[in-house]
Amino acid sequence: MSIAVNMKKLTMVQAITEALKVVLEEDESVLVLGEDVGRNGGVFRATDGLFEMFGDERVIDTPLAESGLIGTSIGLAMNGFKPIVEIQFLGFIYPGFNQLITHATRIRTRTQSRYTVPMTIRVPYGAGVRAPEIHSDSTEALFAHIPGLKVVVPSTPHDAKGLLISSIRDPDPVLFLEPMKMYRTGKGDVPNGSYTIPLGKGYRRRSGHDISLFAWGAMVNVAEEAAEKAAAKGMECDVIDLRSLYPLDKELIAESVQKTGRAVIVHEAPSSGGVGSEVISVINDTSFLYMKSPIKKVTGYDAPVPLFTLEDDYLPDANKVLRAIEEAVRF
Amino acid sequence: MDLMEQFPLIQLVNGEGKQLEENPFITIANAKRFYEQMLFSRMFDRKAVNLQRQGRIGTYAPFEGQEGAQIGSALALEDGDWMFPTYRDHAATAAFGHSLVNIFLYWKGCIEGCVPPEGKHIFPPSVPIASQILHATGTAWAEKKKGSDRVSLVYFGDGATSEGDFHEGLNFASVFQLPVVFFNQNNGYAISVPIERQMHSKTIAQKSLAYDIPGVRVDGNDVFAVYSETLKAVERARNGEGPTLIEAVTWRYGAHTTTDEPSKYRDQRESEQRRQSEDPISRVEKYLRAENSWDGHWEEELKKKAEERLQQAVTEMEKTKKSDEGLMFDHVFGTDVWPVQEQKERFFHKESER
Repeated sequence: MSIAVNMKKLTMVQAITEALKVVLEEDESVLVLGEDVGRNGGVFRATDGLFEMFGDERVIDTPLAESGLIGTSIGLAMNGFKPIVEIQFLGFIYPGFNQLITHATRIRTRTQSRYTVPMTIRVPYGAGVRAPEIHSDSTEALFAHIPGLKVVVPSTPHDAKGLLISSIRDPDPVLFLEPMKMYRTGKGDVPNGSYTIPLGKGYRRRSGHDISLFAWGAMVNVAEEAAEKAAAKGMECDVIDLRSLYPLDKELIAESVQKTGRAVIVHEAPSSGGVGSEVISVINDTSFLYMKSPIKKVTGYDAPVPLFTLEDDYLPDANKVLRAIEEAVRF
Repeated sequence: MDLMEQFPLIQLVNGEGKQLEENPFITIANAKRFYEQMLFSRMFDRKAVNLQRQGRIGTYAPFEGQEGAQIGSALALEDGDWMFPTYRDHAATAAFGHSLVNIFLYWKGCIEGCVPPEGKHIFPPSVPIASQILHATGTAWAEKKKGSDRVSLVYFGDGATSEGDFHEGLNFASVFQLPVVFFNQNNGYAISVPIERQMHSKTIAQKSLAYDIPGVRVDGNDVFAVYSETLKAVERARNGEGPTLIEAVTWRYGAHTTTDEPSKYRDQRESEQRRQSEDPISRVEKYLRAENSWDGHWEEELKKKAEERLQQAVTEMEKTKKSDEGLMFDHVFGTDVWPVQEQKERFFHKESER
């Protein structure tokens, strides 16, 4: 990571706009495409001002068709451009899923690197903002399972900018999931100019010896809140923000649980087949004999994300996580 | 106006080899060039079917009957243009310069077969129906942004016109006025489902109206008409006049693939009748005969040359027993990604022993 002297206090969504500005300025082949990303500046204002700065040849309002958007961006990417595609909500990406799973992520292998797809797909995801139906999905596991795709999730404004710049510069397709709940939840220090955070590397938010908490996106704050409560009861948590769901930071996961011997994984996605299960697999492969208690998961339920009156019941919260911590520590 | 009148079937040379109208492309030289390419394609196709029957390659999707549509359109492109084939378009890709060895290798289950020769923009055969239409639109978009005069041509069948990607591709190309030729081969069947069950529209060409782009309907078994109409569409694209939808009406004589039996869903006598009355290759022979330019020795020479070329490609293909195992892992990402690296390591050190 390069050192930047000047900092600004920004929200996550502002940090994302900054990152887009940086790459649009530094690389002529970068394009921003999506529904309402132009004059309107995006439904969450993530592309605010870019249309005015870079014009409609580079910040492009497209027809309302997710498969068309991802599919044509694959063609642009194979032919010299670096498209950054915005899909408005993760729940709306599914019409483009075929293009992602049968083409974007296979073209390098199929053509033995003759053609590649340096494309970043930015998508707001997750629950907790009282959004309408289908706007709150957290189906990251579907994507982390696709060979050839990297999946990245920031939880702070600082990480959002650095990880997004890395994702756009990456030579392969990256799904960049933006936790909607964190878009405007407070401001953080964000360096000016260009800096990167490597993909595939997690970050330790809090250090502790009794138990490891693994989370990403909006759940990192929930894990930290639970860690506060646990500390009050004398249990010190090691809180890890995974930041990349594919590839996972194997070293950091192993180092943390080898220190604590216990783990709770927190994600808002449904439990079965979630990325949490893959984290358990990494722990199993690297640290089996270090473990003192069964690994716990605190997750959304195996039920469609409910409409928002039940949203708080569905989502993991600090109390649910605290209970899991206590069960693991007292096992 | 009746849509059948608005989109008449364009024919320059009929099934009897009779020239129906004046056209600068109907020359003896072109006839011989087309004939050679179509004859070669048919021999390639039959060779591939035989190789499959003998277990020397895997499942294969034959195109016999569609040579006129594929050769006429492929020869309208220039080096540097982009071609997006389906799995049934090897006459087109070979005519555009793909390696025969690689085409065979693809059907033999070797990923190397997907790679086009250096400098040739030929995408691997697209398997999910219609999905390649968007890639052609995207590469054309890139060419337009670069300010080049390169175009994309994409093949797809009648069944593909029911898919969303067909409509999304036409719409994007229309909105952004992109240099792409949408080349439909309407062979009447999507595996077993006839065109009447695919659409209520009378033609595929008329679907261009919805996107306000030129649409033409051409006899796909008349290689002259296909060449002439594709060239017009390619030139419009090159000149910045946007996309065209071409419907080439043709027929697949045989099965969808070597795993399928067409007599289960249609009367194969129709295929035989069409072979007699409208075959794209014998049509050119009839034309050459009518022009007193047919030469049996010339044809024999072509066949001999083609057989040698095919035999050479088969011999070369058979040198590869299977792909190198490393190819499974080496091109998943452009950078090292630990799960892939670790699994590759494990495969080579522990799991690859048979």
